[in-house]
Amino acid sequence: MKKLMIGNEAVSRGLYEGGIKVVSSYPGTPSTEITEFLAKYDDIKSEWAPNEKVGAEVAFGASLAGVRSACAMKHVGLNVAADPLFTLSYTGVNGGLVICVADDPAMHSSQNEQDSRHYAIAAKVPMLEPSDSEEAYEFSKAAFDISEKFDTPVILRMCTRVAHSQSIVETGERVEIPDKPYVKNGAKFIMVPANAIKRHVVVEERTAKLKEYAETCPFNRVETGGTDIGIITSGTSYQYVKEVFGDKVSVLKIGMPNPLPEKLILDFAAKVKKLYVIEELDPIIETHCRNLGLKPIGKELFSPLGEFSQETIAKAFGKPLKETVKTDTAVPVRPPMMCAGCPHRGLYYTLAKNKVTVIGDIGCYTLGAQPPLCAVDSTLCMGASVSGLHGFLKANDKAANKTVAVIGDSTFMHSGITGLVNIAYNCTNATVIILDNSITGMTGHQQNPTTGYNIKGDPAGKVDLESLCRAIGIRRVRVVDPYDLKACDTAVKEELAAEEPSVIISRRPCVLLKYVKTAPPLKVNKEKCRSCKKCMTLGCPAVSFKEGKAHIDATLCVGCEVCKGLCPFGAIEKEGE
Amino acid sequence: MTKSVMIVGVGGQGSLLASKLLGAVLLNEGYDVKVSEVHGMSQRGGSVETYVRFGDKVYSPIISKGEADYILSFEKLEAARFSEYLKKGGEIIVNTQEIDPMPVITGAAIYPGNILDELIGKGVKVDAIDALELAEKAGSAKAVNIVLLARFAKKFDIPYEKWIAAIEKAVAPKFVEMNKKAFKMGYEL
Repeated sequence: MKKLMIGNEAVSRGLYEGGIKVVSSYPGTPSTEITEFLAKYDDIKSEWAPNEKVGAEVAFGASLAGVRSACAMKHVGLNVAADPLFTLSYTGVNGGLVICVADDPAMHSSQNEQDSRHYAIAAKVPMLEPSDSEEAYEFSKAAFDISEKFDTPVILRMCTRVAHSQSIVETGERVEIPDKPYVKNGAKFIMVPANAIKRHVVVEERTAKLKEYAETCPFNRVETGGTDIGIITSGTSYQYVKEVFGDKVSVLKIGMPNPLPEKLILDFAAKVKKLYVIEELDPIIETHCRNLGLKPIGKELFSPLGEFSQETIAKAFGKPLKETVKTDTAVPVRPPMMCAGCPHRGLYYTLAKNKVTVIGDIGCYTLGAQPPLCAVDSTLCMGASVSGLHGFLKANDKAANKTVAVIGDSTFMHSGITGLVNIAYNCTNATVIILDNSITGMTGHQQNPTTGYNIKGDPAGKVDLESLCRAIGIRRVRVVDPYDLKACDTAVKEELAAEEPSVIISRRPCVLLKYVKTAPPLKVNKEKCRSCKKCMTLGCPAVSFKEGKAHIDATLCVGCEVCKGLCPFGAIEKEGE
Repeated sequence: MTKSVMIVGVGGQGSLLASKLLGAVLLNEGYDVKVSEVHGMSQRGGSVETYVRFGDKVYSPIISKGEADYILSFEKLEAARFSEYLKKGGEIIVNTQEIDPMPVITGAAIYPGNILDELIGKGVKVDAIDALELAEKAGSAKAVNIVLLARFAKKFDIPYEKWIAAIEKAVAPKFVEMNKKAFKMGYEL
């Protein structure tokens, strides 16, 4: 069947047809939909894991038991799953195992633009890299065979423009792969030094075999187009090269970036006058070429920053740029922001008002850093708020009455718990705020262990945050409604003043959740409004200033009444007041 | 020859549905199609841009400056922001609705009200409609995307029924009638 699919759906279809039986992932843009689409198939056990390390280890366990399994994550998720990855390379697999990782060049929704190909090299595992949905489908399906043939996990590398671009896929049928028997094999699966020393030898031998395979792997292919220019490229860059040159240059399209072929590259280079390497992010293929004694044109022309386009390629080759029209009037920027009615806003307003230093974390609530609230001081990685706060207070215990950590419910499950254990164990007078909006928000509403539902929306186990914090050893645990500014203010002041660690759970479901009932929009009584602009300090997209008075956009307002509670003159009213 | 359509607006205005419908209709017409979407952080009230490209064989899923045959803008300011992507002789179809970005809300910037006139003055073909009013008449302010898509659909030689069929297939059953109504209003405007 011919269908338009985003790359992530194509990956899920490829894994499905390849006979996958277990998938476990933590959501992360741009990888999330791989697992969401897999969850639509009833013959696969699909789960959200609390983090990527757990997801990769669940996939390992399923592979050990003898079935084909996978996990999916964004690039920084592979940092979390790096521990199992490096030793999985040594154990190899029983059932095929595919690790899908999605890079985010240009950081559309990420905190860095690291290049996952380094992981494949460092962990000595093969990596496949598709350039559109058709290849995403094909490579994912083949990845299981490669995994089992070479006894290795296989990394499938996506990037934003492949993961989130739709193109046509011709799908097939699922192959039914019989489960492999589980046979106890300590020499292969117990990675104590005596065994691991021997497995490392196997890894090196496997790499030699994979290098040989790379020479004839159908995913590395030459497209001949004259001898003047030869371009070695991979992933989405291939599409841009073809867009600009069509069949007018010779192209070596790399579909398996690790290990890279040697003879294939040397032969290709020998046939062209000028050799280019065009790859986004780091010079992986280019460095390999240099190690082979070639002198390609690469990063001096094609930046390691951001993502490319056909324009990048055209410009680099000195082609004339297309004519454009631009307004002379400056167009104000439109950065992303917290939604109208976002439950995080009330809490952030309270922190900003009390001039609190906020060690932040990863999620929608990172948007609290934006003006006018400017309520966040740092964002590093998942979980770093809680452990970072502890370090901050170890360096300066006097800051305890004016510094907090903020972390979402899903992020707390991911890697905040261990930080809180550290606070209780190593004793700082820290105040941790869990922003519990009952969902994993930024990635598009995925369930997590605190929501009580699983990936299919069925009832599941539910972590009780209050009990968990108490069990860790935090005696002061309290819950506030972030729409109630007075309660937030009291809670923040009291817990900052307390001479022991405390947790505030700021609890209200994300306003975009389907089950959340919103109220009719509020309106401004122009006669009562004294133009003090206090309501504007909330940074709500529904509240603006028009013709000298506050104005509420009825299409955006969800009637949360946070601004109403803030107005000193009672000028913000409910419909009919 | 590849044609490029850029769908721009404010995160949450429904550009994903519009691009999904357009992609489905074009696929049905036998074109090679690529659609590039935006997910994650940028969806939260920020500027969003979706690319739709179709032709005999499409390579790049994205549109570079000066390449778009059409820009479909769900908001006025966004039409101006992305006008650089328009090809010479291309056309902008724009909803005249104004949504203040945060710098305007906080008073750090002013919403340039006459920005479309400036574009017209520079020779850009601009088709401006009040899609919000029509969407509200159809039953939901959220149908702005469908009204604009309909306005755009009219410029193509693809039968009306095929667009309606795509809506019936892609939209949740309880919203189908409202979206069909919105499409009709945009188409007949």
